[in-house]
Amino acid sequence: MAKRERSTRRERSVKGAPTARDFKGDVNPDWCPGCGDFSVLSALQNAYAKLGKGTHDHLTVSGIGCSSNLPGYIKTYGMHTLHGRALAVATGAKFANHELNVVVTGGDGDGYGIGGNHFIHTMRKNIDLLYVVMNNETYGLTVGQASPTTVVGEQTKSTPFGNLESPLNPVAMAIVAGATYVARAFSSERVQLAELMYKGMQHKGFAFIDVISPCVTWKKEKMQIFDYWKERVHLLEDHDTSDRAAALAQAVKTGHETQLGLFYHDTSRQSLDQMEPVLENGPIAHQPLGITQEQGDAIVQKMM
Amino acid sequence: MAKYDFAIAVGGAPGQGIETAGKSISQICARYGLNVFTYTAYQSLIRGGHSFLTIRISSEPVANHGDKIDLIIALDANSVEKHLPHVAPGGALIYNSDHVKEPPKRDDIQLCPISYKELTNDPDRKAKMLNVCMSSVALQMVGIDLSVLEDIIVLALLKRTGQAVVDANIAAARASYDYAAEHFTPFDVRFEKQDLPLAFGSGNTLMAMGGAAAGVKFYAAYPMSPSTGILHWMAPNARDLGIIVRQCEDEISVVNMVIGAAHAGARAMCATSGGGFALMSEAIGSAGMMEIPIVVVNVQRGGPSTGLPTKTEQGDLWQVLGASQGDFPKIVVSPTSIMDGFNTIPELFNLVDKFQCPGMVLTDLSLAEGHTTFVPDAINWQPKIDRGELITGVDQTDGEYLRYQITDSGISPRAIPGTPGHTHVVATDDHDEDGGLISDEFTNPHKRRDIMEKRQRKMEGIAELLPPPTLEGAEDAEVTLIGWGSTHSVISEAAQMLTEAGLVTNHIHFKWLYPMDEDAVNEVLSKSAHAIIVECNYTGQFARFLRGETGFKADGHIRKYDGEPFMPHHIVEGARELLEEKTDLYVPYQEIVV
Repeated sequence: MAKRERSTRRERSVKGAPTARDFKGDVNPDWCPGCGDFSVLSALQNAYAKLGKGTHDHLTVSGIGCSSNLPGYIKTYGMHTLHGRALAVATGAKFANHELNVVVTGGDGDGYGIGGNHFIHTMRKNIDLLYVVMNNETYGLTVGQASPTTVVGEQTKSTPFGNLESPLNPVAMAIVAGATYVARAFSSERVQLAELMYKGMQHKGFAFIDVISPCVTWKKEKMQIFDYWKERVHLLEDHDTSDRAAALAQAVKTGHETQLGLFYHDTSRQSLDQMEPVLENGPIAHQPLGITQEQGDAIVQKMM
Repeated sequence: MAKYDFAIAVGGAPGQGIETAGKSISQICARYGLNVFTYTAYQSLIRGGHSFLTIRISSEPVANHGDKIDLIIALDANSVEKHLPHVAPGGALIYNSDHVKEPPKRDDIQLCPISYKELTNDPDRKAKMLNVCMSSVALQMVGIDLSVLEDIIVLALLKRTGQAVVDANIAAARASYDYAAEHFTPFDVRFEKQDLPLAFGSGNTLMAMGGAAAGVKFYAAYPMSPSTGILHWMAPNARDLGIIVRQCEDEISVVNMVIGAAHAGARAMCATSGGGFALMSEAIGSAGMMEIPIVVVNVQRGGPSTGLPTKTEQGDLWQVLGASQGDFPKIVVSPTSIMDGFNTIPELFNLVDKFQCPGMVLTDLSLAEGHTTFVPDAINWQPKIDRGELITGVDQTDGEYLRYQITDSGISPRAIPGTPGHTHVVATDDHDEDGGLISDEFTNPHKRRDIMEKRQRKMEGIAELLPPPTLEGAEDAEVTLIGWGSTHSVISEAAQMLTEAGLVTNHIHFKWLYPMDEDAVNEVLSKSAHAIIVECNYTGQFARFLRGETGFKADGHIRKYDGEPFMPHHIVEGARELLEEKTDLYVPYQEIVV
């Protein structure tokens, strides 16, 4: 099959507020046909459009993996960073220019496995980011090994006799670690997902959405995996999202049923950039460089 | 003014106020306008153990702790036992006769016992003011006025402890000063107060200050000896200077945050030691690939592995040169003195901004934790700042922007996120001019070759700008000492000592290590005589690097890897032995053991 040619990257001029179409990247996704990630991309483009800012006001940051290719398929500033490091890079970018809307996308291996340490601490610090994890319970790009969310007993390339390890519970983990906006979504429920993303971008603080985004290649159910999930998911109802203990109680429920929606939303905590007096004069990226002679003299004076 | 070169050392257990005593004496000298360098040999402990701090005071500027110790302040019995042999003939040893019952045996030095109990009437068995008493005795013996110590006691203690403690300390200082005047013979050396007082600071502090001057707006760190001093300067100064300072969960997070901040437009820096640098390696390569300018400081300590946390070494050269997979443009610089540490940071930032690549500062404990006095005006708070080809603000394109545009220089104008009209993706996978990946669906060996050559072309531009080393000393020498980074002063002093003793010796010293302009460096090396490479590691990392880059093979090597820095006489004896014995390796013996 002949290779598709990419068009020259060219920023289309946008009149007025950009629409979801304006957030379409120059490159078409090379995900497997039927992959859940297509819907996540589309929901994100809708959420960006709804926010009403220019395409250049957003920074989409990812790590490595199938889903981490997403910044290449979207028209914003993007960073496709190392495996597991997207949250750390995004934190630095947010501090350098807190006026940017910074969204981090990636997969379960990237975020919960190799990037697990950054995941915990970025939540603890309540960095003002939206983090969307396309959780497919597998390492897709390395052709199908067990991931931190693979269920017990599942046979994969790395667990041919069945997975012995318990999967981690990202929603419960986020509530405990200090994320201030915690949701679970399903790629097929695109409207709800886009709305959760939009509200997550508006939230000041760390917003986290674990998105069930099924893999149609490395799961033995193949295309039937959507039926598997559709049968299990239902909306989280009659739940007080400001109640952390209730949110945790919902999150730790395991078994056949999986709830979708906003588990926890804490508007009482400030995000770290809001607490930082240095940012009161605007983004540090826009500040004049260096220090004044008077500041320097005062420093040396203290050394005498 | 009479010439002098005098060293006071303080020995004791951590917690006994060695640092306070050392800092006070150094500060007093600085206020007097005297040149001082201090080095502390210590152990990785918070309480207990043993520390030994050397304060070298000289009529000439000094940048190493020298060869001899004239006066030792022994805060505990262990220090008397350990360091009695280290007092130079004609010197003196101050000790506490409350704890050292048997007078130490040496008849070529002056023994100066004081009784802490009698001088202070302090019932506290911890003898908290012993450092003040002994410092006063030392100051009296070298003719420094007590009032300066009193000022410093007030400065150090008043806020923290209140007037009663200050009064007790001043009383103890006076009693000790008077006791010394009555009982001990003062040294011939007289430190005369100079017109201009000097400032006093460590290598870590000066590098941090250099960062502030360079316009660092984002600094991240994970605590790691011996680099933590930079964090400890940045953190309290952050708010006044408009710098974001973050302590992270690990060094991987540190360097990735720095990359994110740098990409979003801030000058960003971090520092660590060898172990932390190892964790940063992959991300340093990603900065090379994404073409993001960052500065990473590696303050080396003894390796391998966790190694010697409180000891020095130049053992990370190959780690830094080889950090991360693949080929990418990078700059490696090794400051040659504490003051050079200040200047190096803005110099390196201008280069990394211009060439959009990672820059690494390779220094070590001896420089970073060494302290020196300096003329306040020597600090250039307004260094040149050149951010290179940076696109900010308004739309300057006609709708087309290629982040990695192929150019003759290899430098592509860099747009900062938030700039209208320039949206693009930077990627750690290899990519085309427009940032699109050439790693998966669109793999293309020709585009890969073009973009690789574009990136690497930047190295030619960098090499042209880096000054080659110069030959210091006589052209017609018999011996040439070659070194790099922190050892400049100690090698220079050794060369001078050898020359004065009749073996004419010159010195070639490297600051900018990589990229290396082979022709320019060979031009300098061609002037060398019997060449001896002096470095602080086992395998001769620099010797191998220099040979690889230039084909130059040294005649001999002096290497030290016991954790303690070179003293000038180590190199002098090494050079003589290498010449006389016709061997090619000399490893000096470290006589002061802490």
